[in-house]
Amino acid sequence: MSTGTAADDQFYREYILDHYKNPRNFGRLEHPDISHEEDNPLCGDVVGMDFRVKEGLIEDVRFHGRGCAISQASASLLTERLKGMALDDAKKIGKEDVLGELGIQISPARIKCALLSLKVLKVGAYGLASDDEDEE
Amino acid sequence: MSTNGAPRLDVAAIRKDFAILETGIAYLDSANTSQRPRQVTGAMMDYFEKFNSNIHRAAYKIAEEATERYEGTREKVRAFINAASTKEIIYTRGTTEAINLVAYSWGRKNIKKGDLIVLTILDHHSNIVPWQILAAANGATIEYVDIDERGELRLDQFHELLKRSPKLVAFSQVSNALGTINPAIEMVAAAKKAGATVLVDGAQGAPHQGVDVQALGCDFYAFSGHKMLGPTGAGILYGRRSLLEEMDPFMSGGDMIKTVRIEGTTYHDLPWRFEAGTQAIAEVIGLGAAVDYLDGLGMEAVRAHEREITEYAYEALSDIEGLTLYGPPPSRRAGVISFSLEGIHPHDLATIADRDQVCLRAGHHCAMPLMTRLGVAATARASFYVYTQKDEVDRLVGSIREAQRIFK
Repeated sequence: MSTGTAADDQFYREYILDHYKNPRNFGRLEHPDISHEEDNPLCGDVVGMDFRVKEGLIEDVRFHGRGCAISQASASLLTERLKGMALDDAKKIGKEDVLGELGIQISPARIKCALLSLKVLKVGAYGLASDDEDEE
Repeated sequence: MSTNGAPRLDVAAIRKDFAILETGIAYLDSANTSQRPRQVTGAMMDYFEKFNSNIHRAAYKIAEEATERYEGTREKVRAFINAASTKEIIYTRGTTEAINLVAYSWGRKNIKKGDLIVLTILDHHSNIVPWQILAAANGATIEYVDIDERGELRLDQFHELLKRSPKLVAFSQVSNALGTINPAIEMVAAAKKAGATVLVDGAQGAPHQGVDVQALGCDFYAFSGHKMLGPTGAGILYGRRSLLEEMDPFMSGGDMIKTVRIEGTTYHDLPWRFEAGTQAIAEVIGLGAAVDYLDGLGMEAVRAHEREITEYAYEALSDIEGLTLYGPPPSRRAGVISFSLEGIHPHDLATIADRDQVCLRAGHHCAMPLMTRLGVAATARASFYVYTQKDEVDRLVGSIREAQRIFK
């Protein structure tokens, strides 16, 4: 009954669908140290992240948002990686890391969806860093 | 409702004219840009290979031919929309440029502080943003006519706004996002009676139904060639001659002048006053071939075919559980169907459809105010044209079912 090609199933791999339907670390943190949200107006994807940071370590992270499977699964996967990570290390996460973790071929039209959560992390993390420096 | 006796399209024969369809795609994005038949690409190739040269200047034979073919499109377009004169047919790059031309050349002179501009929530960004810029520059205000639950304009609200004597009323003949066919004749008549200047955005109108600008009674009518089988880069602004005569140029430079002296410049006559610089000659010639092609089919038959396909698709999509359709019933819409699926983002659907070679649009369709009004970030949209056949709609249904299986 399935007309799906292997490519379909490869694109929407089980674990991506799983992260989309059962997102990890979904929700908001009370009194986060960093909170940032970005959207992709072209398709209406929204991803926001809240971080609690203690002594340079990401103690807790939550994401919220709505959008396509790629943007939401990518955000969910990223939060799993971020928990317990040093903020400085988090800043070094690159496009290749995120795309690699998704583990699927992303067409040029969907790259923005896949990288939306990384943008949230980068803008959020660097924003906090500059605030810290101001205080010192 | 393709009644007996109504002219019918021979879709199988039409499809042979579109080389791209041989690739096996189900092209359901014609409201975005249509495909072009060999007759159009052939006319453009003829220009490139047989008489490529600039128009209006050179004294040799091929340049005369280029000029003749370029200007020939003007008469074809005039007849296509029944304008009174070719002087009222201005070539532009498309609808967007046509509306910008009016906003700049007519708007800056005529829209004053405190004036009211009436638009609609259904409008494409190209019929919103130029007016927002004009309103900000000249101190005017804009009001938007809302829609009802069916995606049709609230005419009661429209008539209320007309009581405030707007200076300009601009609206789309057909909504690109919902397919709603607005009652343009009635709206233009009411707006004219209220003393407004009226622009009709015909980007989704002209390709799909016969247009008669004199019967419509509007002052400006804008449309694009690339949505009606022509190439990108060539579109039309129709303007009432008495208004065009009073308007300053939009772009200026070569070809739009009579004489240029250090002391000052006199502008060229209509329509060339609004066509500065070297023009999109091949594209305009291609547009002429597209008009010929549509004339050959007959716009009544084009509309009847679209209606048949739209009714078929509407019914097929209505049967799918978890699918929400936006906009009016098929009898009151053009060949455009916007919809969403529960639990599946339009982009995911479009990606899955693409694997089946089904070309589907997903996004806000350059109508963000409308999307906000509907409370959605994006929809999926299927749109049809003269070459669309029912089995392509069936393929879309297959892709939707496949997406539902994957996301189950």
